[in-house]
Amino acid sequence: MSSVDRATGRQEGERLGTQPLPPARPARLGALRSRKTAEIILLLTPALALYVLFVLLPVGQSAYYSLFKWNGLEPLTNFVGLDNYRRAFKDTVFLSSLGHNGFIVVASLVIQLPIGLGLAILLNRRLKGQSLLRMVVFAPYVLAEVVAGVAWLLILQPDGLVDWFFTQLGLGDYVQLWVGDTDVVLYTMFAIITWKYIGFAVILFLAGLQGIPKELTEAAKIDGATGWQLTRSITVPLLGPTIRIWVFLSVIGSIQLFDLIWVMTGGGPANSSSTAVTYLYIRGFQRSSFGYGSALAVVLFVISFVFALLYQRYVMRRDVEGSVTRRVG
Amino acid sequence: MSTTMKDRRPPSGGQHVSRGTKNKVRGPRDPFQPVAYLIAIVISSVTIVPLLYVIIGGFRTTASINENPVGLPSPWNWQNYTSVLQNPTFWRMVFNSTLIASLTVAFTVIAGAMAAFVLSRIDFKGREVIFTLFTLGLLFPASVALLPLFIMIRNFGLLDNPLGVALPQAAFALPTTIVILRPFMGAIPAELEDSAVMDGCTRLGFFWRILLPLARPALLTVSVLAFVSSWNAFILPLVVLTDSSQLTLPLGVSQFSQQYTADTARALGFTALSMLPALVFFSLAERRIVGGLSGAVKG
Repeated sequence: MSSVDRATGRQEGERLGTQPLPPARPARLGALRSRKTAEIILLLTPALALYVLFVLLPVGQSAYYSLFKWNGLEPLTNFVGLDNYRRAFKDTVFLSSLGHNGFIVVASLVIQLPIGLGLAILLNRRLKGQSLLRMVVFAPYVLAEVVAGVAWLLILQPDGLVDWFFTQLGLGDYVQLWVGDTDVVLYTMFAIITWKYIGFAVILFLAGLQGIPKELTEAAKIDGATGWQLTRSITVPLLGPTIRIWVFLSVIGSIQLFDLIWVMTGGGPANSSSTAVTYLYIRGFQRSSFGYGSALAVVLFVISFVFALLYQRYVMRRDVEGSVTRRVG
Repeated sequence: MSTTMKDRRPPSGGQHVSRGTKNKVRGPRDPFQPVAYLIAIVISSVTIVPLLYVIIGGFRTTASINENPVGLPSPWNWQNYTSVLQNPTFWRMVFNSTLIASLTVAFTVIAGAMAAFVLSRIDFKGREVIFTLFTLGLLFPASVALLPLFIMIRNFGLLDNPLGVALPQAAFALPTTIVILRPFMGAIPAELEDSAVMDGCTRLGFFWRILLPLARPALLTVSVLAFVSSWNAFILPLVVLTDSSQLTLPLGVSQFSQQYTADTARALGFTALSMLPALVFFSLAERRIVGGLSGAVKG
């Protein structure tokens, strides 16, 4: 682009020399325009280069690799068409891994949303030590999932802190092999995810609540609205945009779950806590099926992408002006 | 609780009622206030007890933990901590994590600020398309692109090199960075730019001398976010860094916990120490992180 502009600039300059009346203004404008173009390119190139090279290109390459049977080392010659995808949709471990992701998605919405909302509404008042409370509730969010996972692994050891707590409460019979029992492990994982991420929901909702004009709730109260009516008809609807964004982030996060699971169970026992990404990692890196792993990645990507598009189109469109997902659709 | 609500319903209460409702929000006689305190205490205990257990457990011995999982250390035993702190591998990991996070922040902020400037303050064809392209990146986690990223980094010869982690991480941090910086930079009044130009400032000069200093709070926020996510990152370092001298702290924690499964106290000590940097950093930068996240979310 800039070379073209520079070329026209030079042409104008030559014309300047031959013609008696110099068209000074256009020449100056041309120079300005080419300078602007050069600046745009200069400033935009580093970000675009990084982004295209490390984000967009690999996503495209996944699609390409997924058409081959490939171990990641030899030349890409064994073209298999859509075989990897056919295999993926018959792969019971992959499908059950997706199911686990689905469980986490649904459980987050059904359990974390009301808890987070309830806590935020309850805490949205003058409490002594509120800033301390916010810090405490938010602390697990900043920890690495790996560190949190290892900590919980130690806490959940047989006869560890959690078991002691259950026994103390007289619930000793309910003690489980929290991460070792195929029927329990996914619930354990969900509980830890809730522990780690509920603070984020609370902080987000609190920020949203503080944006609701006091006049509205006051007016409704004067009209005789009860606490429950207030919550249902004013607070929650006005918190809508915040809730919808949280839902979006929560779903995308649940689809990508890896670190915590990998550190705590590696997807086991017997794949009972595997997620799409842990399975992808096992296939791709531990068994060197790069083609098949790429097909799994593409499936995962398409799921996130379609969800994002639909959600953006039908749920968030009206309330995110210039925000995160703007114009994605 | 229910009686107070019923009391409030008849409109005959008049002024008295409205004073009562005001109390509900601010006043000390709010019936929900004790409940709120109770729940606040419960919720902070649930949050904090596991963290305290890890930190305090680090001061105990494995034998005493096995005997009684709960209880204060007696005597307080510093050995788990001192052995980790005297371990050069631990410090090597701290160094690697710091180096990679700093590189990530540098790349993200430099490239992101430049791009956000163009995308917020210069009008040109295709600007919105490019911005949309960047926002799309909010959907791609590194994990989806992991296999090709690995191949690419291998082809560049950047396996076991901090750059092999920092460059892709910076690329994946760019969408958030640009989404936060763009409205911030766009909100700086055009008059400021006009008067700078009048005084003979070029556009780049304006960017460098006026806009960047003014955008410092936003730059700080995106730096903190990029730093924390790099510091905590696991899956990308996991595939890129295999040499034991290159490991980051999360990789080290995961490895250490596998090595010392039998030695609970020692594992607790190591875990506690690796929590510490994030918690300290967080308590210093809490406002930035919280503000940045809710800002990013709200647009």
